[in-house]
Amino acid sequence: MRKIVISLLIMLVLLSAVIVHSAQLIKVDGSSTVYPITEAVAEEFQKSEKGSTRITVGISGTGGGFKKFCNGETDVSNASRPIKPTEVELCKKNGVEYIELPVAYDGLAVIINPKNSWVDYMTVKELKKLWEPEAQGKIKKWNQIRSNWPNKEIHLFGAGVDSGTYDYFTEAVVGKEHSSRGDFTSSEDDNVLVQGISSDNFALGFFGMAYYEHNKDKLKIVPVDDENDANGKGPIIPEYENVVKGIYQPLSRPLFIYVSKKSADKQEVKRFIDFYMKGAAELSKEVGYISLPNTAYELVLKRFENRKVGSIFGGHGSQVGVKIEELLKKE
Amino acid sequence: MHRNLQKIKEKAIEKALFLSAFFSVFITLGIVGVLIFETFEFFKEVSVFDFLTDTQWTPLFAEKHFGIMTLFAGTLLTTVIAMSVSLPVGLISAIYLSEYASKKIRIAIKPALEILAAVPTVVYGYFALLFVTPLLQKVIPELSGFNSLSSGIVMGIMIIPIISSLSEDALHSVPMSLREGSMALGSTKFQTSIKVILPAALSGVAASFILGISRAIGETMIVAIAAGQQPRLTLNPLVPVETITAYIVQVSLGDTPTGTLEYKTIFAAGMSLFVVTFGLNMISYFLKKRFREVYE
Repeated sequence: MRKIVISLLIMLVLLSAVIVHSAQLIKVDGSSTVYPITEAVAEEFQKSEKGSTRITVGISGTGGGFKKFCNGETDVSNASRPIKPTEVELCKKNGVEYIELPVAYDGLAVIINPKNSWVDYMTVKELKKLWEPEAQGKIKKWNQIRSNWPNKEIHLFGAGVDSGTYDYFTEAVVGKEHSSRGDFTSSEDDNVLVQGISSDNFALGFFGMAYYEHNKDKLKIVPVDDENDANGKGPIIPEYENVVKGIYQPLSRPLFIYVSKKSADKQEVKRFIDFYMKGAAELSKEVGYISLPNTAYELVLKRFENRKVGSIFGGHGSQVGVKIEELLKKE
Repeated sequence: MHRNLQKIKEKAIEKALFLSAFFSVFITLGIVGVLIFETFEFFKEVSVFDFLTDTQWTPLFAEKHFGIMTLFAGTLLTTVIAMSVSLPVGLISAIYLSEYASKKIRIAIKPALEILAAVPTVVYGYFALLFVTPLLQKVIPELSGFNSLSSGIVMGIMIIPIISSLSEDALHSVPMSLREGSMALGSTKFQTSIKVILPAALSGVAASFILGISRAIGETMIVAIAAGQQPRLTLNPLVPVETITAYIVQVSLGDTPTGTLEYKTIFAAGMSLFVVTFGLNMISYFLKKRFREVYE
């Protein structure tokens, strides 16, 4: 009996030593669009730290992430749009100051089933007609968008309403953030959308282009025409070149991470951000996004080292058609 | 003194037994209480008329509509499909097991059927999404990847054991003398089963049907995974729909803040669901009593 008690005690001591040893934990949550980049960086970082620092990366959407971040529950928040006034307010109330760091560009992809042979491109106007709140229950068939398209029901899929992707898409296409029809499959899990569109000939959906890159064989991308020749003539595909040149408009956007100023003083967070900015160019490409120019990453890292709090966008939420390096240079 | 102590002990034991017996009753009352309270709060902001007549359901969006009909159509559709699978199959297997099967076969098949009931519903959900839907798409190319048809069929398969097992119990408990009498009058085995045994066991069989229906209405995981979470007012089984239960899951998975109108919608939806299943259970109870044939 005594032996058992003693061995139990020893185990307990050992266990607590392990727990104390692995106490360095960085908590990240937020956008499912930024998730692949942060997760890739976090994996590499944990390898380089040989397990002495652990990083958890959640996906509760940009809005959901900011709710936790501004409550002081997380160190870093992934965001696929700049912080909104309501969130700025919440952070202020709880005394959470934040440093905004752009990490890559993303193109929002409009996606259809590969068996769809009729859609060659869509204009922003057509997308608006399809997605605006007034379309609910009225625009139900393909030929209501363009008369020579088939007289078949259209099935819509889109990013979940807590995601920055949804906010950005509605801002860019409908013209009002968070405003769209409601009768579509809305999921925070982009794999559900991929599954839905790839198994439905009459589907149309939108999500970040990384998920398209990984499922190219099951999906087809729709070129988008904003009918503004200044942003490139005619319909444009969200390819690397087009996004960097800024001509895939209005559906390309910058992605961010937000770091809490308090957490930024922790050594492990400092090392993580340093590692992030050095690896972001390569890793963001690897997971299907478009990296910022190298000079921009240096500017971003400087922004972090100077602890520059607040948002370059003035806390107004999504803005359409911005070039990060120009904004950073202005500062 | 000693006797008094004994008495107190007896009383304490009795109280403890009473408490555990009524534990489930208290829990039910608690759930109903919360539902009623939150639903009441909900209807302070949204009129009952809108709730029942609006044809759109978009509580999570900028333009909010609260037409429960939209979700109800989804629930009704999947339930009808599920019951049209599980009623015939369940009843036929019950008649076979009770009247035709030899004792050996009965002992082998009954537990096998009940294994169906032990499969986790999330497994059924992915079975519908990744196996049944692609299979059906070969026959019906129009079918969407998410649809009420395949989730309904799979839900029906899940409910078969409930119906077959309960109906079989009811059929089996009909006294042997009735079978013997019917046979003596020259009826075949089939005539005996359909015209004598089935009517005699009707109350139990009907109760099993209604239990199956309430199970179908309340089923969550299968429809959340395979039916599409797309709130639209339609009775077309080939397109995506959203049921009441799937909506509750959707809201609970996102991060709707407590106390908001969006949050209260799940209680209003839950209440509608509760009213329907409670009604069905009452009917089942009534049927059992009303049509019960008492022998001996």
